Amino acid sequence: MADRLITSAKELSNSEYFYGHRACAGCGGSLALRLAMKVLGPRIFVAIPANCMSATSFLHPQVAFSVNCMISPFPATGAVLSGIEAGARALGLKDYHVVGFAGDGGTADIGIQALSGAIDRGDRVIYVCYDNEAYMNTGIQKSGLTPYGSKTTTTPAGKNFPGATGRKKDMFEIVAAHGIEYAATASIGYPEDYLRKVSKAALCQSTSYIHVLAPCSTGWGFPVEETVEIAREAVDCGLWYLAEYENDEFVLNKMPKEFTPLEDYLLKQARFRHLKERDMEHIVHGRDKKWEKILKNWK
Amino acid sequence: MPGKKIFISGDEAVAEAVRMARPHVISAYPITPQTVTVERISDFVEDGSLKSEYLHVESEHSAMSAAIGAAAVGARTFTATSSQGLLYMAETLPYASGARFPIVMMNANRTVATPWALLSDHRDSLSQLDSGWMQVYCEDAQEAFDMILQAYRIAEDPRVMSPVMVNLDGFILTHTYEMVDLPDQEEVDAFLPPYRTENRMDLEEPRTVCYASLDEYMEFHMKQEFDMRKARAVIAEVDRDFGIRFGRQYGGLLEKYRCEDADAVIFTLGSVTGTVRSVIDSMRGNGYRVGLVKMRFVRPFPEDEVVDIAEKVKAIGVLDRDLSIGYEGIVFSNVSSSVLRACSAPAMVNYIGGLGGRNISKDNIQEMFLELLRAADGEKGKRVRFVNVGSEYDG
Repeated sequence: MADRLITSAKELSNSEYFYGHRACAGCGGSLALRLAMKVLGPRIFVAIPANCMSATSFLHPQVAFSVNCMISPFPATGAVLSGIEAGARALGLKDYHVVGFAGDGGTADIGIQALSGAIDRGDRVIYVCYDNEAYMNTGIQKSGLTPYGSKTTTTPAGKNFPGATGRKKDMFEIVAAHGIEYAATASIGYPEDYLRKVSKAALCQSTSYIHVLAPCSTGWGFPVEETVEIAREAVDCGLWYLAEYENDEFVLNKMPKEFTPLEDYLLKQARFRHLKERDMEHIVHGRDKKWEKILKNWK
Repeated sequence: MPGKKIFISGDEAVAEAVRMARPHVISAYPITPQTVTVERISDFVEDGSLKSEYLHVESEHSAMSAAIGAAAVGARTFTATSSQGLLYMAETLPYASGARFPIVMMNANRTVATPWALLSDHRDSLSQLDSGWMQVYCEDAQEAFDMILQAYRIAEDPRVMSPVMVNLDGFILTHTYEMVDLPDQEEVDAFLPPYRTENRMDLEEPRTVCYASLDEYMEFHMKQEFDMRKARAVIAEVDRDFGIRFGRQYGGLLEKYRCEDADAVIFTLGSVTGTVRSVIDSMRGNGYRVGLVKMRFVRPFPEDEVVDIAEKVKAIGVLDRDLSIGYEGIVFSNVSSSVLRACSAPAMVNYIGGLGGRNISKDNIQEMFLELLRAADGEKGKRVRFVNVGSEYDG
């Protein structure tokens, strides 16, 4: 049971609660789960909808979790978490956490209704969205969190389209707009920031939400040993940001003095390698507009 | 709470039964459509007479998903829905039954769009016949009350461990008032002990539920099927025990009414049963040998009972308030497949009626019986007939 803030990896338990899964080498999502569960400890109920983590970890009898866990219906992570919490409360269980790990599509597309309902009810559950920016489990299809210019199997890049043309939904702010007790963004490239946020979520008395960027070597097209580096660079180049929402305020946790070159980040990844000058400009423009808003409105 | 007789609607009868069954978690979505059952239950939670967690969910899909989550930690759960709402939660029905969670759900039978029509038929629930849920259909509010209590006993029986859908005809049962006998809470507690299960996640001994299984997928469902077959005996057993304790017995999987020496019988589901009973009474008075088979459970299907009936009568009519478009009535298909096992071959006629709430009158039923009696004498007719429609439509 996490009952204090954790700010360093040294404070983590040596116990592993997510072990022996079949995810790809260099999987960012599995790191997000493993670290969060180390913070939350063994007395947890985990719900995971259809995603890479359930596909690679739940195959009876070789389940990769040593804690209580279940697969939720794809659209229903938020509702299943609420049900677990209500059941545990009604049965008088003590000292436990209820946590869900859904991907970007499972959160921002098909699962957004159930997530919104859970926050609305204020059930004491932790919802972690691990964002690898497409439906990776099923073969890299575009989700509502796929960024502009990203090549996926449903947004091919060609003469007419530069890959995905939409704008990545601001899930963090959508969640915050519910007036949630605690929401945060994180990146597995900044693990200590992520751990602190998970431990903070665990201290909440109602719903909390963490949106952690978790690069996918297979879907993004970079060498498997560079996952953490890429996750760091996403923050450093300004395309992702580390922030929190609590007490009705947005707080920026990390203000890069200057952004690292965007092109370096993008061109390392096969999904962006086709981008043309004007696409890059479009992305820079989007980034700068976002930061203008962040700097103006957030603490 | 001492026993009493009160004048309430079918919806309220279900709510009263839920209060006495003491579920840990209620999850309900108020629309698409819903009934006042969940409103009465929320009153009980508010006034403290029902100590349940009440989850206001954002859809029927989430209502069942939340019930699944609660059942996954070993909680007794209840939810209710109807029509489009049932279809919207369809994905989660085999999810719950496959995980062997004994969830009890009330379904107010209403037709499905389009065209939109608000009134009752069975197209909603019968479309979910293959979802691994037991389905029981009630004739009146008292039976609805009694079946909610029985449903928990049956569902939670370790030999069964499968969810139950308790069906009430929308409006005809849900919105009309009747005298309902409410038993004493202590008697209910003795009939329905607290739910205990190993099929749950456990903080002391962590466990996985709702996992994936490729190699044993078939075996999981074979076990589910074998346990559903065992449920037939459990349903009869629970019905007998209920009868001993509360003085009301329903016959288990199905009820036969005046079937002894009958040449022709009609199979019914739900509230139309009462009308058929009264037609039989008056026709019997005129010497017609007619009877009624009230199908109570459609899953598990009362296979042996249907075979037994088929061997004793000359003609069977099945009154379907549904239609599997492109073939025939769903109940008719089910009954027919059991009749094939019988040593004799009664004439079979499917009556499709009451879709979207279309009235089925006593005259309609009498015409069916007369036709069935002619069929019993060897007259050949149509296999599927539409009831109470212009003759030009019954082509």
